Amino acid sequence: MTLPISVVNLAEPWWVGIIKAIVIFAIGLQLIPIILLLERKLLGRFQGRYGPNRVGVFGLMQPLADIIKLATKEGFRPRTSVAFLFMIAPAISILTAVATLAIVPFGNTVDIFGTEVGLYGIDPSIGILYAFAFGGIAFYGLMLGGWASGSKYSFLGSMRSAAQLISYEISQGLALVGVIMMAGSLSLTEIVEAQSVQGWFIGPQIVGFMIFLIAGFAETNRAPFDLPEADAELVGGYMTEYGGLGFVSYYFAEYLTMIIVSALTVTLFLGGWELPFGWYTPGWAGPFVVLGKTLLIILLFIWVRATLPRLRYDQLMTLGWKILLPLATLNTLVTATLLVTT
Amino acid sequence: MSEAQVSDYRKLEESITLGHIQNEDRLSSELLTLNIGPHHPATHGVLRLIVTLEGEIVRDIKPVIGYVHTGIEKTAEQKAYWKVIPVVERMDYLSYYFNAQAFCGAVETLAGIEVPKRAQYLRVIHLELNRIMSHLVWLGTSALDLGAMSMFWYCFRERDAILDLFEMSSGQRMHTRYFQVGGVFEDIPTGFEQRLRKFIATMPERADQYADLLEKNEIVLQRLRGICPLDEQTLLDLGVTGPLLRAAGNPWDLRKVEPYSSYEDFDFKIPVGTVGDNYDRYRVRHAEIYESVKIIEQALDGLPEGPTITEDRKFALPPRHELATSMEALIHHFKLVTEGFRVPEGECYYPIESPRGELGCFIRSDGSSKPARVHMRDPSFSNLQATAPMCRDSYIADLIATLAMLDPVLGGIDR
Repeated sequence: MTLPISVVNLAEPWWVGIIKAIVIFAIGLQLIPIILLLERKLLGRFQGRYGPNRVGVFGLMQPLADIIKLATKEGFRPRTSVAFLFMIAPAISILTAVATLAIVPFGNTVDIFGTEVGLYGIDPSIGILYAFAFGGIAFYGLMLGGWASGSKYSFLGSMRSAAQLISYEISQGLALVGVIMMAGSLSLTEIVEAQSVQGWFIGPQIVGFMIFLIAGFAETNRAPFDLPEADAELVGGYMTEYGGLGFVSYYFAEYLTMIIVSALTVTLFLGGWELPFGWYTPGWAGPFVVLGKTLLIILLFIWVRATLPRLRYDQLMTLGWKILLPLATLNTLVTATLLVTT
Repeated sequence: MSEAQVSDYRKLEESITLGHIQNEDRLSSELLTLNIGPHHPATHGVLRLIVTLEGEIVRDIKPVIGYVHTGIEKTAEQKAYWKVIPVVERMDYLSYYFNAQAFCGAVETLAGIEVPKRAQYLRVIHLELNRIMSHLVWLGTSALDLGAMSMFWYCFRERDAILDLFEMSSGQRMHTRYFQVGGVFEDIPTGFEQRLRKFIATMPERADQYADLLEKNEIVLQRLRGICPLDEQTLLDLGVTGPLLRAAGNPWDLRKVEPYSSYEDFDFKIPVGTVGDNYDRYRVRHAEIYESVKIIEQALDGLPEGPTITEDRKFALPPRHELATSMEALIHHFKLVTEGFRVPEGECYYPIESPRGELGCFIRSDGSSKPARVHMRDPSFSNLQATAPMCRDSYIADLIATLAMLDPVLGGIDR
């Protein structure tokens, strides 16, 4: 039985929270360079080339070299930009991404040296809403960044991201209503536990899973929905004018969002920390299972990026409003009907 | 801002009149002028487009060219005929064999030089290889503009195989200067035929794979089908030739209409489109790859024996061994290397079918060893005029895709 946030926080000593925050933050951030390298290596293989292999063994030091290069760059700001917003926008992006990382459950409560510790940052009773709230705020990072740059390319990029946000958040949210109804809770840990009883939600909620994943691609601005930063049209979209650390922040936020969307997909549809086929999962193995499954979803993201071209602005809107939204609504209705009647 | 501080760009931006744009009933009445290029990843060179946008919709386009103007035509007037070849090769840097063929063909017509059959066939082989190479670059970069980035590497893999072949026959991968006035520079080396056969055996397979990757993808189809069509008559009025015109249904191809360099010996088809949208433009070029492979195969099978350059010592260098024994050969050699050959007075326009359309070379000779005037009708230049009528009132993403489908090479446009 998982307790609501107020109770859990009381049950855990205050220092556990601090340690958890540090550990989760460290692991989450360590994942980014690994995934960066993995993506570049895999893209290389997809495209019949090697990928980075010069810096360090197998190119392992490449992300570090990139970051050092970018961090030592001169900070540049266009004359027409709005200084305060220009500086704060990348911070908003990365802050919201990191905040969402806190609710990803890596395992159930385990006993560590006699202390009951939940393997998650926090477990709010409104888990999914928390994720959506921060996902919504994250777009302020893109929009403000694009607008404050004072460049037309950035401006167009931020307009596109705003349009993308409203087209996809609704379908994404509606796609999850089925899951919430089946689990009877918004708390992510309870949703995972419901899956251990009812089976993984990817089965009954396959439509919801698809919509959530497609909307996830749109939320993370990855191909085929990378319109806000369509390099062929808008050069770099909202981050055209950013260089150095501002660029690093956006880049990190993008990859962190990708990790989070993957982890949320795992939590909501793929049984979280449970192993498949009903195998017994010891408490300590939970984080590894979650990370493994997340990695698989990330591989899907990379594969899609190597394969699919970009949609056009209006086609993206059409897909969001005319296909995904009715489908998500239908999915919700059918799930509700089945739940009530059976 | 004072008048002096207003940049030239800003002046140009403000000089654009938008009187013809009707947007009274629209919610968003504000127009945005966006400068694309000359340094922009999707302009395929240093093309600059001044685009007027209403939201994401393009209302007007003004292409600005001239950023790689090199004065090649003027330079050609200062050089002996045979020294002009490497200069004109550098105009349209993706179809250097075609540039050389247009120039050499014009000189040969003016001077009345008979090109040996073997040289003509070798020219055809290299021209068609060059056509495939050019189309591969076009396909790769167009797919990249659509966002399908892996295609770029797949296309460049095959392009590299072609460049290897060029290196084998002429020692250079680009700007080979393989074609000479009167024939080709050298016979193909041993092993070239074998490698070429291997290449033409794999190329259709690869082209099938490209088609599988692109034509079976719903996103690609949505991005290409029915996008920015232009009817045949408008294209003809604008002087557009090549795959763009053929995509609109007009089977105009100079290889068939006015065969040069023995093209009448080969059996090949002219792919044409139906409506002239981006999808047709893609299909026509893609189908041309197969036809080029067919031509190369026939030319290789029927490659006649014989000399690879004209026997006329007034125009072609004598073989090395003759220099030691023949006084006349020595004189010819000396004259050709120091002064070059003289071309009789007259004018000539020699058009060929380049990967982008009609590439014509006009030469006026005053009887000396240097051309009095060289002018190239570059297809990219004429084709670029069709950008505005094609892309008006379409999305900016389609503008980029259409520009890619136009396949302009700025080196050829600016010359």
